[in-house]
Formats: sequence, structure tokens, C-alpha cells
Amino acid sequence: MDLYEHQARELFADHGILVPRAEVTDSSQEARVIARRLGGRVVVKAQVKTGGRGKAGGVKLAADPAAAELTARQILGMDIKGHTVGKVMLAEPVDIEAEFYVSYVLDRAAGRFLAIASAEGGMEIEEVAATRPEAVARVPVDPAEGVTSAKAAEIAEAAGLPPATVDVLVRLWEVLLREDAVLVEVNPLVRTAQGQILALDGKVTLDDNARFRQTRWGAEAAEHGDQLEAAAAAKGLNYVKLDGEVGIIGNGAGLVMSTLDVVAGCGARPANFLDIGGGASAQIMADGLSVILSDPAVKSVFVNVFGGITACDAVADGIVQALDTVRLTKPLVVRLDGNNAARGRAILDGRRHPLVQQVTTMDGAARRAAQLADAG
Amino acid sequence: MAIYLTKESKVLVQGMTGGEGMKHTRRMLAAGTDVVGGVNPRKAGRAVDFDERTVPVFGSVREGREATGADVTVVFVPPAFAKAAVVEAADAGIALTVVITEGIPVHDAVAFHAYAAAKGTRIIGPNCPGLISPGQSNAGIIPADITKPGRIGLVSKSGTLTYQLMYELRDIGFSTCVGIGGDPVVGTSHIDCLAAFEADPDTELIVLIGEIGGDAEERAAAYVRDHVTKPVVGYIAGFTAPEGRTMGHAGAIVSGSSGTARAKKEALEGAGVQVGGTPTATARLVLARLEAERDVTHS
Repeated sequence: MDLYEHQARELFADHGILVPRAEVTDSSQEARVIARRLGGRVVVKAQVKTGGRGKAGGVKLAADPAAAELTARQILGMDIKGHTVGKVMLAEPVDIEAEFYVSYVLDRAAGRFLAIASAEGGMEIEEVAATRPEAVARVPVDPAEGVTSAKAAEIAEAAGLPPATVDVLVRLWEVLLREDAVLVEVNPLVRTAQGQILALDGKVTLDDNARFRQTRWGAEAAEHGDQLEAAAAAKGLNYVKLDGEVGIIGNGAGLVMSTLDVVAGCGARPANFLDIGGGASAQIMADGLSVILSDPAVKSVFVNVFGGITACDAVADGIVQALDTVRLTKPLVVRLDGNNAARGRAILDGRRHPLVQQVTTMDGAARRAAQLADAG
Repeated sequence: MAIYLTKESKVLVQGMTGGEGMKHTRRMLAAGTDVVGGVNPRKAGRAVDFDERTVPVFGSVREGREATGADVTVVFVPPAFAKAAVVEAADAGIALTVVITEGIPVHDAVAFHAYAAAKGTRIIGPNCPGLISPGQSNAGIIPADITKPGRIGLVSKSGTLTYQLMYELRDIGFSTCVGIGGDPVVGTSHIDCLAAFEADPDTELIVLIGEIGGDAEERAAAYVRDHVTKPVVGYIAGFTAPEGRTMGHAGAIVSGSSGTARAKKEALEGAGVQVGGTPTATARLVLARLEAERDVTHS
């Protein structure tokens, strides 16, 4: 889960990293009050979980509380790369003497974290990395040792950062480790005219797998942009809404991804990704079908199951039970293969639902589902 | 022969007495796996009766290894305890640890990855179906009865796509099928398996299944180009996945311009790997390739 800037900032502050004074609001009137509290002159920053805010006009300087209110009104509700701005953060301006870049990212190939740092921070960091890679230091972190002061000094030196940043590098590692983050990034990390090292902006991505021991963001973690995704998440389904017309249910992430591709290869567009996982119960099948059928864009549904651990007769029983609880209004194409496939197919044949048809191969079933969506 | 797992492998199951552990130990035994013990500190000294045999429960991996000579463990413990389980196996000198558990925090995976590497323990997974050398041994949850022993080696990030290809190519059969897992950090990579299959005299052709996220397939492609002389046929899932959304597997996410299925397919094709458009088309490519190899041998 990605955090908003104001949440990342909260974590930084908790771990002793200096941040400018700031407050968050969803109201432009309150923005005026906050600006007054912060001394009048403020930076108004859109809170969205995407990069490139500044270039999109989501970050603006306001000279006084009245300007802060006006600017907040302009930014609230703005669309930045498909993200609607619901909140703004107002922060006191800082006299910047130098800008740096620091982050810890997961190096999947090496199976450990990597410090990435540069003495040239700011909005152009991606360009710096692309055109002058030597200006960006990449230092692997030994998981057994972590980032000690000595390691932080090594990172700072490799990147040409001033010694005053060493403490921040150690604390940022603490954020990564203690909060179960898979990415922490400060850009820019600045040195002020007064010589302070301050995290001016930050990005933190938390590990969803660590939620069982990280309860701080409970409510936010369940946040979903889409209503159907929220309904699916409430039922514990692994569901992603897409913008096509063929609803897709399958078992196993790889097989479902593959099913989307095969359907797309037949000239149709998948309406969603829904993985019922291993050992799917009748209830999961019914829940999955009800979520997909309540999407008005769906014209046909393709259930693609390769029984490995999952037994096809259990899936068929699930579909039959689902047909009793969910009113089927759209054609359903089912392909059952693998473990107990013959028994599963017999169960569905026995049910003889006019909108349910079976096709024995994945490619053939995908073609049929695409045709039905096209006709529907 | 086979890679990593043979009929000589002696297998312990960490978490055998749990629900999943019981179910899959039974399946492993039925597939011919030499399951020599379970591990559960609270049930040490007991034994569990399965259809094939009675399996003793040990208080620790070390105890189990000392009593049985086990060299493989399969981990079925919940995510919160998985790191301790892998560390315990590494400390006990186990050569191969297969981590089935799904949902392990990345920091735990990074930690046990480094720990096991230092101790010389190979990890397969986490969040994987394990591996099977059909007719010899099965360590994990891959269904054993959908294929037979044969000449194809298979390495895959996805469990269900592993099963799908095993089933499509059941008439040829497999030396070993390895499900390496879909998490961002896994112990054994495509490259490790490619190297092992290249060295395995009983593997004639290698099937490589990948999916979106990371650059493991691109690195595997470079490895094939430089080091693999056996034919390799590939399949990649996730062409229709939108940017920024995790598609089921924790590691299956396209971020920015990296990790796309297209980039992976192009890298593989650039290395001479034939890549199928669907699982079925991929199986057909394998059959055609084996046919062609045979013609060459016979001419």
C-alpha cells in the first residue's frame, strides 16, 4: 500500500527525521486558518498517490492566508493522472540551500534492499539517473547488519551527500524496517540556509503482507477507489476491476492473468481479474459471481478452472449453488480441467441452466466468452 | 535423473500436524515422497498415521535430521512463523527448504534469504507450490497425478500455470517441475533452474513460465543466450495487466515502464526462446520442438 505524503511525513517525524511544519485538510476555508497558524506564507500540496504532482499544478506557493484558501480551492478536486485530489497539505516554506535524493528500494534480483542516493535531488532526479547514472550512488545493504552509522557514512560518501545527512540515512532505514515498508524515498532531502537537514517530501510503500503486525493504517489499508473492488475486498476476494466486458473468474493468479490475455487475444476486453485461489468453496464461487454480475459493463462471464489442489467437482458444486443464490442474467462459459474434471462437468450438465455452457479447452472457452460478449 | 529432488530425498514437513500440512503430507506420501518426519515442538515424540506409513513428529528440524538423515524440508507454517522455520532449517544443515507459505512479509523473506545463503541452504519459494520430480518425489502441493516422468524441465513463477503446462504435456512427461513462487524475493530463480536443467542429462527441453513484475525473465533470457544449449520454450502471463495494480501475486505488478509482459517476451525471443501466445500454444511449440530435435538426431 502506498501512503500519502502526509502519512509518510508522519512516519518520518515519528522516527526523528526533521520535517517542515505542516497540516492537512479537505476544506479550503480551513486551509486559510492553517496558513495563518503556520505564519501566513505556505506551500499548498495536493495529496495524491502518484508522482508528477508539481508538474501537474498540484503544488503551489501561497503568499498569505487568503491566497492559501484560493489555491486550496483550485487544487482540491483536481484530477492528477486519474487521481482526484481529496486533501491538501499546507506546509511552511523552507529556505533551501541544497537538494538531495535518498531512498531504500527492494532489489528483487539480489533479494535485499539497496540505498539509492544523489547529491542532485529534486524534480529532475529521473533525468539525472537516466543521463548521468554516475551521479546516483547505489549501495547494497546487508540485511543482517542493516544501516549503521558507518554504513550510512559509506552511502553519504558514495553519493557526495554532506556528513549531516548520515543521521537521516540511519533513521530512514529504521522507518523501512520498523514500519515494514518496501520503499522509502525522500525527494528532496534539503539542507536549509540554517543548516538543518529536512525531509521536504516523502514516499512510503508499505508491505501488504505485514498487515498482521502493522495495524497503524488499518482503515486506510482498506481504502478502494472502486465500489466493486470495495465489495470484493469485504468478501476477501482477490479482485481487480478492469474496463472491458468479459468477466473473468479463475483459480490461481498466474492462470487468471493468462486467462485475461487469452480473452484479449480473442478480440474482447477483460472486465476484471478475479482469483478464487486454491480450494475454492461454493460460497467463494457465489461471492465472486455476484461481484462480477453486479458490474453493468459485464456482458459474459468466463469461469476458467484448472483443478490442481482445487477439485473441479467442488467448483461445479459451487457454481450450481451460486446459481441458486445469484440470479444469472448473463451467459456463463465454464472450462473445467484437471483434478476431477469429468465429475465437475457432469454436475454442470446435470444442472442444465440455459445460460451456462461448457467448453473443454481454455482457448475455445475464451473464444466463446468473447463471442457472447460481442453479441450481448 | 532430476534436479534438486530425487527418490533419494528424505523429506521433513514443518507444520505437518496442521490442516494443510496433514492434507499435503498425505498427498506427498501417495506420490512416493520419502516423508521421514514432521516437526512440531509441542507434539514431539508422537507419530501420525497416514495410509502409506506412520510418520514420527520431532521437536525440531535438527532432531529430525539427526534421527532420519533428512535433507529436505517443506514449510507449511503460517506467515508470522515462517522466518523462524527457515532459519531453523538452515541452522540444522538442511540442503533444500521448500517454503509453501503465502503472505510472508518481504523483510522476513530478505532476512531468511540472506541467512540461508550464508548457511548453504537452498530455498524454493516462498509462496510457491514446491517442486516435483514425477515418479520419484514431490515436495509441496503440486498435484502428482496429472503427468508422468519424462524429458521436460519446467520452471515457473505461477502454480496453476505449472499445472496447466504439466497437464498439456502429460504425454511427454517431466524430469522436474519447479514452482519458484510469485513473490518479489524468492530463494531460487529461473536462472538457478535453467543452470540445473542444462546440467541434468535427463532434461531435453526446458519450459520457462514467467509473469509481469521485476526483471527476472529478462535476466533469465540473457542467461539462456549465454549459457543454455538445450531448447527453451517460454510463456509469459500478464499482457493485459494495467500499470500499478498488483495482479494476485505480491510481485506481479507493472511499475512504470518496467516489468511488462511485452518486455519479457521480447527479451526471451531475442535470446532465441520461442514464446507461446497461450498455454496451449506453448505446449504445441514444445511438441513441435521435440519433434524437430528428434528429426535432427535421426537424420
